[in-house]
Amino acid sequence: MSRELVAIARRRLLRGSAALLLARALPAGAASELLDIPLLNELLGARTPRWERLKLELPALADNGLAVPLKLTMAGPFAPGPTVRAIHLFSEKNPVPDMAVFEFLAPLERIEIDTRVRLAGSQKVVAVAVMSDQTLYAAAAEVIVTIAACLDGS
Amino acid sequence: MADSRVIVPKEARRGEPFEVRISIRHPMETGYRTNESGEHVPRNVIRRFACRYNGTPVFSIRVTSGIAANPYFRFFVTARESGVLDFEWVDDAGVRGDAHAEIKVA
Repeated sequence: MSRELVAIARRRLLRGSAALLLARALPAGAASELLDIPLLNELLGARTPRWERLKLELPALADNGLAVPLKLTMAGPFAPGPTVRAIHLFSEKNPVPDMAVFEFLAPLERIEIDTRVRLAGSQKVVAVAVMSDQTLYAAAAEVIVTIAACLDGS
Repeated sequence: MADSRVIVPKEARRGEPFEVRISIRHPMETGYRTNESGEHVPRNVIRRFACRYNGTPVFSIRVTSGIAANPYFRFFVTARESGVLDFEWVDDAGVRGDAHAEIKVA
């Protein structure tokens, strides 16, 4: 291999690894895209949620889709400003895309919810918080599920 | 369906959030399953879960089959005054369940 060819190969390698690094950094950006679910679109209307404050945590890899731990947190402070009215949870692949709605009927000082969800395969889960002033906050998480829930039969 | 377990601290400080943990025994049948003889198992999931604090609704959940069997929820309620937390839920079959916990606010 000539010296020039080696240099080109090296350049390609560098470019390739730079792309890889970028791809690793990307999910945060790619995650801030909403799912195209009718119920979600209905909730949004003409509003665009802000991708901040609300946090949705799922394991990156879930062995069993039948019970996947999920955590929702939202950074305060709330009062005297807008408080959280509801947090909607949407699934990309579940047969029932609107997984749950958590409703805060009295202003709360701390928003932190843990539960376990069913996931029909690897997918993206989106949470949308509706504030008392009707502004929206969103968060998303991608999860790889090795054994999906909702497999019929068995 | 009355099987449930609630964990609430005995005491909390006024104005501060305290942790509530509840797990309810329920199959959360999705309606997508068939039994051993191939018959369709009808959907039966908890639809609604509600928490009241001294009679005032503070938190509720609209539940679907997306929540795992034997639902578990952990959330926070802000301590106002000593009293009782009432939890109630109802499933597709119309069966209701409830649980209660006392909290002392200092």
